[in-house]
Amino acid sequence: MPVLSLNESLLFTSMLFSVGLAGMLVRRNLVFMLMSLDVMLNASAVLFVAAGARWHDASGQVMFLMILALAAVETSVGLAIILCLHAQGRPTLDADTGNLLRG
Amino acid sequence: MHALALLSAGIAFVGAIMVITRRVAVHAVLYLVVTLLAVAMVLALLGAAFAAMLEIIIYAGAIMVLFVFVVMMLNSGQPDAAREGEWLRPRAWAGPGVLAGLLCGELLYAATPFSGHAWPLAPLTARDVGLGLFGHYVLMVELASFLLLAGLISALHIGRNRVEDR
Repeated sequence: MPVLSLNESLLFTSMLFSVGLAGMLVRRNLVFMLMSLDVMLNASAVLFVAAGARWHDASGQVMFLMILALAAVETSVGLAIILCLHAQGRPTLDADTGNLLRG
Repeated sequence: MHALALLSAGIAFVGAIMVITRRVAVHAVLYLVVTLLAVAMVLALLGAAFAAMLEIIIYAGAIMVLFVFVVMMLNSGQPDAAREGEWLRPRAWAGPGVLAGLLCGELLYAATPFSGHAWPLAPLTARDVGLGLFGHYVLMVELASFLLLAGLISALHIGRNRVEDR
């Protein structure tokens, strides 16, 4: 039996995921949206590890590694897009101003 | 141990709330680092020490360095001295410092029972994870390498277009 039971882990990760989702919906700055995305990915990864600890299976940590690789790719591509938008002379990082895909 | 896990979960929750409510991006990055450290503490208390170390090394190390670089490059409008003076005020780092101090105290408190604490089951070590990763899930490792390659190429493409425009 791990330190946190599965119910507590579910409660914690759902609260963390809700905070990340709220940040994603409320903030319009692209950097903050990426940070909220990272918080949400963390919450789901912790839930995988908690389920793996509950059933004593290593698959949860394997999924954690996959989510880590996904988060690294997502963050690097997102930050490259932010730098690209900034280098084009855009005055603000508002996500709603970048809705035309012209490169 | 249960109270320690609840405390680090609470620190992670408070840090996440502070991340999405800050106005300055650097302050949010500081709180995000504290949140990731607290999540790593939760992972370690769940018996996944390998995942906790990876969380600290990759998330709180590598990805946060990317964030800090980008934030520094975006804020280049003001003069440097005024910007650094604004960032180094105690109000900026007091909150993350207090939360990180709480986590550090928790780690020091929990470090002693770890040695003598008898787990009811053998904890999942890095060996189990590696065996699962390269045994049953080896196709997924290949797919992850495709994903990393796609990310590398797209980041290269975006960055190269930026240089050519100048």
